[in-house]
Order: sequence, then C-alpha cells, then structure tokens
Amino acid sequence: MRHTLAMLVANNPGVMVRVAGLYSRRGYNINSIAVGETEDPSISRITLVVEAEDETELEQITKQLYKLIDVIKISDITRDKAVERELALIKVHCGPGNRSEILQIVDIFRAKIVDVSQEGAIIEVTGDTDKIEAILSMLKPFGIKEIARTGKVALVRSAAGR
Amino acid sequence: MRMTGAQALVESLRREGVEVIFGYPGGAVIPIYDVLYQEGFRHILTRHEQAAAHAAHGYARSTGKPGVCIATSGPGATNLVTGLATAYMDSVPVVAFTGQVATTLLGRDSFQEADITGITIPITKHNYLVKKAQDLPKVIKEAFYIATTGRPGPVLIDIPKDVSTGLLDYDYPDKVDLPGYKPTYNGNSRQIKNAAQAIKEAEKPLIYAGGGVIISGAEQELLRLAETIQAPVTTTLMGLDAFPGNHPLSLRMLGMHGTAYANYAVSEADLIIAVGARFDDRVTGRVDAFAPRARIIQIDIDPAEIGKNVAVEIPIVGDIKQVLGELLPLLSPRQHPDWLAQIEAWKKKYPLTYNKEGGLIPPQMVVELLSELTGGDAIICTEVGQNQMWAAQYYNFLRPRSLITSGGLGTMGFGFPAAVGAQIGNPDRLVVDIAGDGSIQMNIQELATVATYDLPVKIIILNNGYLGMVRQWQELFCERRYSATLLQNPDFCRLAEAYGVKALEAKKPEEVASVLKEALAYPGPVLVNCHINPEENVMPMVPPNAAIQDMLGVEES
Repeated sequence: MRHTLAMLVANNPGVMVRVAGLYSRRGYNINSIAVGETEDPSISRITLVVEAEDETELEQITKQLYKLIDVIKISDITRDKAVERELALIKVHCGPGNRSEILQIVDIFRAKIVDVSQEGAIIEVTGDTDKIEAILSMLKPFGIKEIARTGKVALVRSAAGR
Repeated sequence: MRMTGAQALVESLRREGVEVIFGYPGGAVIPIYDVLYQEGFRHILTRHEQAAAHAAHGYARSTGKPGVCIATSGPGATNLVTGLATAYMDSVPVVAFTGQVATTLLGRDSFQEADITGITIPITKHNYLVKKAQDLPKVIKEAFYIATTGRPGPVLIDIPKDVSTGLLDYDYPDKVDLPGYKPTYNGNSRQIKNAAQAIKEAEKPLIYAGGGVIISGAEQELLRLAETIQAPVTTTLMGLDAFPGNHPLSLRMLGMHGTAYANYAVSEADLIIAVGARFDDRVTGRVDAFAPRARIIQIDIDPAEIGKNVAVEIPIVGDIKQVLGELLPLLSPRQHPDWLAQIEAWKKKYPLTYNKEGGLIPPQMVVELLSELTGGDAIICTEVGQNQMWAAQYYNFLRPRSLITSGGLGTMGFGFPAAVGAQIGNPDRLVVDIAGDGSIQMNIQELATVATYDLPVKIIILNNGYLGMVRQWQELFCERRYSATLLQNPDFCRLAEAYGVKALEAKKPEEVASVLKEALAYPGPVLVNCHINPEENVMPMVPPNAAIQDMLGVEES
C-alpha cells in the first residue's frame, strides 16, 4: 500500500542522501520525494510517498528513519485529512487545429498555459495525483512531448484530527 | 581563545576526557599531528588505519569509554571503513577523525580525496564534514555525545586541511542541541507491569541476554532477575560476558554454535525475556521455527530492534539497567523445579564435548586450558571463524567486558588490533587474542605495534592450515571440495621474532599447558603457534535454514 509520510528534518547538507540512502539499502521503495525549507530555516520538510507491504514494514522503516540524527519528526498522513498537491509541467503538440480543444481541457482542470508557440504549449497543472493523471490522459491524444513532475507535498488540515 | 582547528580538536579531546588516540599520519592530517606532537598528546601508531579503528574499538569495549582514532584523507580514510562497520554492527562508541583535502579542492578528484562522509553514511551512527573551523568544537561535542549515548555507535568527523589550519574563537559548548536525537532511557511503566505479569504466569521462563547488557552495565540486575525468578540464562556471543559462565542457571551461548541445551530450552520455553539482544539470524536459525511455544518480552534501547526479526508481545524500549531496575521490585521469587530439572537433564545428556584422542591438539583443549590458567579473568579478544566459536564455547567468562569479538560484522583481522586497544586501556590486565592462522594474517603487521610499545598481548594462533570455518562448511555442504581454503602459511614464530616479539610453539597435546603457562608468565608480547587438528569442526552446529533445535554433532554423554 502507498503511504504518504510527512517528515521534519534538520536542514543540513546531505539530509536527502541520508533519507533516500536508508530506503534503498534496506530494500524499500520511494515513489516520490519532495523537500523544501519550512517557516523555520533550520528545518526542512520532506514529503515521501512510499510503498509498504504492511504495517510492520512501515513501522520498521519509520523507526529506522528516526534513527537518523537529522530526522526530527515523521507522520504517516495517509489517512489524515490533508491537502496534497503535485505540480506538473506538460509540453503538448498544439497547432491551430486543436488549440481550442486543449484550452478547454486546461480550463476544466483549472490548469494554466504558461508558454505557447506555433507547434506547442506548456501547461502547468496543480492538484492531487489523480487530477494530474486525469489531465495527462486527456492530453495524451494530442501528443505529449515532455513532462516534468514534482513529488507530492502535503500538509494536514488545521482543524483535522485523525 | 583564538586557535587553529587542529588545536581546537586536541583541546576538545582533552575536554572529553580522551587520554589516547590510535592513528596513522598522512598529508591531510599533518597539521593535527603537529599539534599532537607539540601538546604531547598520547598517540598510538598502528601499522594500518584499519588496525587503528579496531584498536579504538577494543579500547572502548574493554573500558566503557569512547575510543578515538585518526587517519588521513583518501586511502587512510577508506582503510577505516571496515573498522567503522565493525563498530557499528556491535554498537561501539568510536569517534573517528579523518583528514580531508582543503575545501577549495573538494569535489575535484584531488590527490588522496575520497568522499568518506558519503562512504560511511550506512556504517556510522552519524558523520560530519566540517567546512568551517569555527564549527569544530560544536561538532566534536555532538560527535562524542551521539557516539556514547542511546545505542552507542561510531561517529566520523571529516576535517579538510584548511579547516585544521584555519583560525577560530574557541568555546567548547557544555550542551548539545539535537532536536532529532532523544534516546529513550525509561521504560514504559505499563509494559513493565505487563512483563512482570507474564513472568508471574510463566512456567518455563528463559532469559536471552545480549551485548546490550554489557553496554548498559546491567550485569548485576540481570543476575538478580535470573535468581529471583529462577530462569535459566542463555546469551548471545556478544553477551557471553554478561552472565557468569559457571553459574548454575547459565546455559552459555545459543544459536548456530550454541549449546544443545540452550537451543532446546529456547524451543521449549513458554516465555523468553530478551534483554539487549536482537534476534540475529545466527541466533534464531529458521526464524519461523524459533521459540514456537514462547511469549516474548523484548527490552532494548533501540526501538528499531523491537519486532525487527521476530514478533514481540511485550516490547519495552529503554536502558536495560533502568528497565530491569524498575521491573525487579515488581517481581516475587519464583520456583520452576520441573523446568530446571529438565534443563539439568539436557545439560548432563548433551554437554559440550570434543575428541581428545588421536595425538593431535584439540583446539577446544587449548581454550579450556587457557580458561583454567587465567581463572576466566583475562580479556579475551578473538578473530573470526572457528577460533572465535571455540573461544565462545570453551572459555568460561566470569566478568563483564572480558570478551572483545566482532559479533555482528564478523571481521577477520579484528582480534589482534582490538587486543592492542584493550591492552592500552587496561595496562594491568592480561589480554589474549585467540586467533586463527587465516585471520591473524589480516592484521599481522600489528606485531610492530606491540613490539614498539611493549604491549604484553598474548596471541594464541589455533593453526590448522586452513580457513577453518569455510573448510568446515565445504566439508559438510560441498562434499569436501576445499575451494581456496588451504593456506600456505609463513613460519609464524620466525615472523614474530623478526618483529622482535617472543614466539612459542606447541605441536603435541602434552606441550600445550606448559607453553601456555610460559606465555602467560612472560611480561612482554608473545605469539604462540598451536598446531591443532587440521580437520577439527566446531560442533554442535545448526545447519543453514534449520530450526535451532535441529543441530548436527550433538553427542549424548
């Protein structure tokens, strides 16, 4: 099962390597990883999407992560009420024949066109994983040239407990 | 106070109470060695950086204080790697300093540059690359704190040359600020109550003690626990010196080369109390057949050890001494006459035993004699392989910190340099390295170190002319195809003498006692070359992937 882990870590050089390396050497998989500074510049937030066979495996990997000196807090927010977002930049073929159709799709998904030329356009879309997957499948018939996708970032809602 | 990075390093060692460091100089640490020289700081020059790391390990294990080693950049640093991995697997507080190329040269494949912090992430508890001289005092303070607290482990500090020559305003912090590092020492009181209840309900309790008992200094508490609830005690290799081998409740070691009676007890027990032990595969054998009838209580300071290999009903995370200290008052004396009678019957029927006939020296006899002659009071270091297992089976360990062996990583070449460190830390104690002819050659150059410092370490080579443990597996599982295990050895005695170390030799069983006596009585270092039965096996043995009660070589007396 997929889990979303929200981690707070000391903003030290190499902390990403420590986290990612621990995963690979203990034989676990990371689906996505996103890192950035928090409101406190000495602390970074890492959002990890990981695959775990069962609770025991997830518990073990969480405990191993906690052993890293730089790791301050780990929360499994998979079942929490959380706001989760990914961002994707999608470069599609886009000529006079299909421009309006593409624009319509962009509208429906509340995405944006951030670059446009005779042959193509770059679309910026933000949302949860499902939404990104959905717009990608809608755009596919037009011919996707390139995609750049971030990992997932997430925050638990203010008024939400478990 | 204004000083250089190198001066700050040495000053910080003083503040941490470090009395000696083990190391090997090189280009990137010349500024540090210059300060060591000027300050008269005690430094032991090993003849290989790996030996410096093992010596720091041996010093730490035998004294309970952190061991410190130093090496230069590049190859010096990579030579520490095996030593750091060894210390990491056995939770030993070692602080390693490495020189590094100047910050201006970092990342340019400079001469003697290696990314040692990158290399050692998986084998250190933590590590640092110090980029500013001003950060050194804080980093060193943190390193010693991290290495010695919680579950101890090695910490490496990589110091570029311009950091050790750079200037800083020295101020040694008295506290660390590590929001991500808060070891748990006090056990959960509800779980401790649950443990007390489970102990009350048990009819066949068994204590399974590991190296954590030694680290925590909880031998007395362990003894009281065993005696109060009348539970037999089996130990891991790392915990052999945590419980007196001559105690009636001792079952000695369990697992692959454990005693038959310890393994039978595990399989029959209805409660296992794991104390500072980690259910290693060499202990459990086939894990789904391990302790099939037992409820399990596990006490460990490292939460990640709980339930890692075996499901645990009652986990208690905390320092063993503290947890046992809280548990003991909740327990009332218990008696299990039937259980202890069963254990006694197994002990009588399936004792550790070996073949004394044939005119060749049985290695077990050498260890037994050594145990008798030293009264179990020596610090025993071992190499890895058959020599290690015979030492574990036949030496009667009576006091904590008297067995220094590479339990987790199984590092050949560990014992001799570890003995160097143990002897430096315990100048008045007898330190013996029980070695094999294969292992000893992995760090034999340390003969120069014991000769230089006149360290009275006794090296006893159980010489069978083979890489014996692998040969044993080849005999049992590869139809005696001895692939690459037959050794053509040097004349160890002449080799020792070339280094200026006294050498003795035993070729017949009747010579062993007198040779050992002579070696132990000699005030300086001695190498004893014991020509043992070349095809002697370590028995009993749990074959790979078997349940631990299904042992080979169990003989009824």
